[in-house]
Parts: sequence; structure tokens; C-alpha cells
Amino acid sequence: MIQLRSLTKRYGSFTAVNGVDLDVPRGELFGFLGPNGAGKTTTLRMIAGILQPSSGSVSIAGIDLTSDPVAAKQRLGFIPDRPFIYEKLTGTEFLRFVAGLYGQSGAEVERRGRELLALFDLEEWRDELVESYSHGMRQKLIISSAFVHKPEVVVVDEPMVGLDPKAARTLKDLFREYTRRGNTIMMSTHTLEVAQSMCDRIGIIQRGVIRTCGTMDDLRASAEAGVSGLEEIFLRLTGEGLSRELVEVLDA
Amino acid sequence: MLDALRALLLPKLFTARARMRSKERGRGARTAVLAAIGGIFWMFAFGVLHRLLAYFRGVPEIGPLLAGKLLGLILVAFFSILLLSNIITALSSYFLARDLDLLASAPVDWLALYSAKLLETCVNSSWMVVLMAVPMLTAYGTVYDGGGAFVGLAILTFLPFLIIPAALGSATTLVLVNTFPARRTRDILSIIAVIAAAGVVVLFRLVRPEKLVRPEGFRSLVDFIAVLRTPTSPLLPSEWVGRSVMGWLTGSLDLLPLYLLWSTAAAAVVIGALLHRWLYARGFTKAQESSQQWAREGGLGRMVRLLLSPLGTVRRELILKEVRVFFRDTTQWSQLILLAVLVVVYVFNIKFLPLTGEGITFFIVNLVPFLNLALAGFVLASVAARFIFPGVSLEGRTWWLLRASPLPIRELLWSKFWVGMVPLLVLALAIVGVTNSLLQVSTFMFVVSVFTITLMTFALAGLAVGFGTMYPRFETENAAQIPTSFGGLLYMMSAVGVIGAVIVLEARPVYSYLSAISFRGGESPPTAELVVGFGLAAAVCLTATFWPIRIAVRRLEALER
Repeated sequence: MIQLRSLTKRYGSFTAVNGVDLDVPRGELFGFLGPNGAGKTTTLRMIAGILQPSSGSVSIAGIDLTSDPVAAKQRLGFIPDRPFIYEKLTGTEFLRFVAGLYGQSGAEVERRGRELLALFDLEEWRDELVESYSHGMRQKLIISSAFVHKPEVVVVDEPMVGLDPKAARTLKDLFREYTRRGNTIMMSTHTLEVAQSMCDRIGIIQRGVIRTCGTMDDLRASAEAGVSGLEEIFLRLTGEGLSRELVEVLDA
Repeated sequence: MLDALRALLLPKLFTARARMRSKERGRGARTAVLAAIGGIFWMFAFGVLHRLLAYFRGVPEIGPLLAGKLLGLILVAFFSILLLSNIITALSSYFLARDLDLLASAPVDWLALYSAKLLETCVNSSWMVVLMAVPMLTAYGTVYDGGGAFVGLAILTFLPFLIIPAALGSATTLVLVNTFPARRTRDILSIIAVIAAAGVVVLFRLVRPEKLVRPEGFRSLVDFIAVLRTPTSPLLPSEWVGRSVMGWLTGSLDLLPLYLLWSTAAAAVVIGALLHRWLYARGFTKAQESSQQWAREGGLGRMVRLLLSPLGTVRRELILKEVRVFFRDTTQWSQLILLAVLVVVYVFNIKFLPLTGEGITFFIVNLVPFLNLALAGFVLASVAARFIFPGVSLEGRTWWLLRASPLPIRELLWSKFWVGMVPLLVLALAIVGVTNSLLQVSTFMFVVSVFTITLMTFALAGLAVGFGTMYPRFETENAAQIPTSFGGLLYMMSAVGVIGAVIVLEARPVYSYLSAISFRGGESPPTAELVVGFGLAAAVCLTATFWPIRIAVRRLEALER
């Protein structure tokens, strides 16, 4: 469903994403990990059609994003890491607006919107302006908006930031059920337990290049012997062992 | 305390320095154009004042009195602007700025915070007044031979003149925030500011100051001098600045006004600081409260939705969103009050035009509707700059949503165009209709006016959408600041260019037509000339409508945020 070929993004002389090749098939929940500044958000924003690749291609459900962006985006939902939305719209109006951008309206959209708001405990707030929502409530509203038009592919950047435990649990259940129904989700996260417990496959990106990609077993095999958890694998592969420096910093 | 103050001010200085050093594309050209325009404004203001003051200086006895009166009036206007501007700026710097969470959680001394924010408020509110004061004081200094020391005196008097409204404005805001929630206070302030500005404009116009220059308005010279000698407002700092400056320039420097300025500034800062210590923590907590606002679609909303249905789902939802966001934002719709007032003043001016009597020729009578078209076009361009130009910039924070959706950019920009153009056209037709009725123009001129203003409105809206997209200000949250950017300036320049071109293209054929009809009764009207003139004007307007939007679509498609 998501296909990346030699995807590259350069900002002047800096290469943020360097020749990434990736296939995420239908019905898969794919975890995208990496240290800060590794190129995760840039990759996801290219898949969502917000940034244009310097070279390479993105296709969604077999449709090339560059040659037919409207048809490709029609099948896509995007959840960004920062919940910026129209402050002067209510929750209901925002969902109606997003559905409208995808050409959908009517009783079916209204019903789906109400159900999504209820799922994330926002029903009571649905007629209140977004400006009075907390950070977590805005995040929940954005998550709802990504599902309101029933996309086949959802691209998610850091979904758990700002969510309360109940909402985080709801989101995990929603993602599992959504992929079980044959849809595809690609998600970046720093919460390694979430990635380990939820994702079918995991890719680790560092300095714009995919270091490793596969199931947990594949990742264990590619790391050195004796590691089992994703955190250890991640730190081993990305060389982020900081314990010695940490002691030095705290002693300084 | 000083170390803490330095630590609080350094980030602002570094930000300003980074902004100056940034190697953004086109920055050099932008700075050059702005500097050139600033220079022209300074020269113009200096030139006009210099001429006027030189004339005053030649008048014995009342010359210095007139110069002092003029200075007093300008300074009262400055003081009002400073006070209002400081009240509004203080709300942002003390209660809504993004660095406040960090500062509130840091062990920062209250006096250091008060002083740093007071300085920030003062600088942000006063720089424009200072820029306007420089040519004014230079003119006074040169005409009255103030000498090099006059610069020192000007600085010595102006510093407390800037500090007093900053301290008073900050204290007023502090009290207001303790009374209302900050976000509600912002709404209230924006409405008060607009109504105050509107009130000043209306009062100034209704007084008809042009009558004051008539000598028959005063019974005798003694009366006139008595009026000039009376201080305009003895208790205001503006009066003290005026007295210091004129005292120095006329060789009779009185130190009392200077003493009053500095002691009042010191007292205002001390009282402001005490109030800050007493009320700030409570006010800051209150400022975190958001105003709860509910909105549910009623009968009117459903009707509008139904009416817009033929446009399709995407366009309908875009238009509904634009309208909702506009009318729910007080800072946006409150400016409509100012707009209404400006239109009323404009119509009022047309009504009092002396178009009958001696010396009023056929040419002048027909020139006026044309000038009216140009002026109405300028009013519309200003309205479009304020309401249509910022449209794309205001999408900055939600750009991810529009970009990730299958919405074609063309659709977005044309929605912005129509949402802005239709109300603008209604306003345009109302202005032209009413003013033409007041001017009692012929049917031919009425048709010409309606045709021209309709075309111009399309062009002005197209240019506003186009330039607003080509020069976006995504980081500015205040829509009113967006048109003051370099892009806004370019927009106004091109709008004036289009209005001028249309008027020039239509003037000649219309004049030929009216001459043929009025003076040479039997002659057939110059049809070919009319067709060519109006055809070219229409072509200019349509190009100005479509071309900028086409470029804007390409720019926006390539935009990465």
C-alpha cells in the first residue's frame, strides 16, 4: 500500500532522507523508529504529500503521489506530531470540514464524526471551540479527523504524545482493528514498548538511511547476540549508549 | 537584579540580531525598497513641516505661538497613539507571550521581569512614533536654529515621554486582566481600540477643520492670540514636551516641564512596579483561563449550507470555514467598524464637495466621478489588503492539513478569492452607487462607474490573493500585522498601478463621448474609441485577476512547511 523508491530529501547541502526504499503491504501496522533528527518526520511528511522529495518516488495504493496527488491523497489520512488546528471551529465543525476536503458530507459523515468523538471521550466538547481544548484533546480530535473519511492508509507521526492512558489504549485498539480490516498504518514513535507490542514490522532510520527493517525476530538477528528487547536493539543499532556520558554530565 | 534583567533581555537582542543577519532571499531588495519609502516619507514630512515652520517664523508675535500649538497637537496625537498601543502590546508581552511559561517557572526576580517586559512593551509600541518624530523634531530644530545641543534636549524630553505611556499602559492592562480573562480582555481591547480610532476619525471630520483656516472665524486678533496662548492640555506629558522644546528653540528654556516629565516617568514606573508585584501573579494565572465558547449550527447556518450546496462539498466547506473563522475572531470582525466609519467619512466628503457655482466647468463636473472611481478603488484596495491579503498567511499553522488532503491548491485560492471578492463587490457597488447619486451623474457615467468598479474589484481581489500567497507571513498570528509586510506594500503599489491604468485608459474615450453628446449635439459618439478604451481596461483588470493567482498556485504547490 505504501511504496517508497530511492526517496531522498535534501535541504541545501544537508541530506535529511537518503535513498529510502520501503514497502508497507496492505493490512500491516508498520513502526518507524529513529533518534531525534534521523529523518522520520521528513519521510512521513513526504508520504503525506506535504513535502516534495528531492528525488525518488512515493506511491499510495499503487498511485504515484507526484503524478496524481489528488487520487493518492484521497486514500490517505495523516496525523501530525503537533496538533495545530483552526481555533475558531468546534470539534464537530472541524471533522465536517476535514471530511469536506475529501469530498464527503451528509448523514454518514455526521454519524461517523459523532462516533469518533465519542470513542475519544470528546462528545461533551463537540460544540465547543477548539481554542478551549487541551493539548491532548486537540490530538484526539486530529486523530478522529484522520479516520473520518475512511482512508485506506494512515500515516501517523508520534501518536501517543499528550494522550491520557485511556486514550492511548483506545488508539492502540483502533489501530489494531483498523489494520485487521485490511487497512495500512505507518507510525513513527519514540515509545518503544508501543512499537514492540503493536507493530507487525519495524524500520529503524538513522541519519536519513534505513539501518534495519523487519519483524522483531529479524531485528534481534541483525543486532548483536544477547539482546532481546527493542530498546536494547535500538540503542545497539543506533549507537546511542549514553550511560558513561550521563554520569559525567551529572558529576559536572 | 541587573544580571537577571540582562539575562531576560539578551534573547530579544539575539533574535533581533539573527533577523538582521539572516540570508533570506530577496532580503536586500526588500530592505532597499522599505528604506527608500521610509526616506521619501521622512523627506516629505520634513519638507512640509519645514516650509510651514519657516512661514510661521516670518510672522511676528504669533509665529512661535502657532509653531508651539502645532507641536502640541502633534504630541497629543502621539501620546494617544502611544497609550493605546502600549495597552495592547502589554497584553501580549506580560500575559500571552510564549516565553512566559519558562519565565514563570524560573526563579526570576519580579522587578527584573517587570523591567524587562516594560522595556519590551515600550520598544514594540514606540518605534513607529519615534520614526515619525525624527523628521518633525529635525524640522523644528533647523528652522529655529536649535543647534547640536537640541538633539540632546530632544532625547532628554522624548525618553520620559515614551516611558510614561508604557508604564501607564502596562498598569492598565494589568488591572484589566485581573478583572477579565486575558483572552476576553484582548477581545475587549481590540474593540475599544477600533471604536476609539473610529471616533477620532469621525470627530475630526465632523468638526470640518478646513473651516478653521478662514480668518472670519475669529472676531479679532486678540481673540486669536488668546486661543493660541492657552495650553491645549496642561496636565498631559505632551504639553510638557512641547513647552521644553519650544522653550529651548525660542531661547527661554523652562526646566519645570523637564522636571515634570522625568518625575512623572519615575512615579509611573514605581507605581507600575508596585502594582505588578501586587497583582501580576494573580493576573497571570487568570490569563491561563480560556474563555469557553459554544457554537452549534442553527437555522441560519443550515440555510447557508443549503444555499452553498450547488458549489460542491469541497468549496462549500472551505467557504463555511472562512466565514466562521472570520466572524468568531473579534480581532478580525471588529475592524469592520473602522471600515464602516471610513466609508461614511468618504461619502460625507463627497456630499460636501462644492460642485456648483463659479469656476465649476463641465470638465470638472465630469472629472469628479472619475476621481471618485480612483479613490473608491484605493479604499477597496486597502480593504482587500486588510481582509483578503492575509488569507493564505493565516493558514500557516494548519497548512499540514490542507497539504495532506486531496484539495487542489487552485481550489483553495479561488475559494479565498470568491469569499473576499463578493463582499468587496457589494461594498464597491454601494460606495459607487451612493456617491454617484450624491454627485447626480448622468446614466452614461453611472454605467461606466459600475462597469469599471466591478472590473477593478475583481482585479484587486485577484492581486490580494496572489501577493498574499507570494509573500506569506505564516508565523504572524495577528492578521492586522500581515498587510504591513513588504508583500503588502508591493500589493498596494500594484493595486494603485492597476487603478491608475484603468482610469487613464477610460478617461479619454469618456471625455470624447461626453463632449460629442453635450457640445456637438448632432455628432455620433466615438464608438470605436470607447470599445478600445474599455476593452483595454477590461483586459488589464482580467490579467490582474488571473495572472497573480496563477503564479500563486505554482508558488503554493512548491511551498514546503
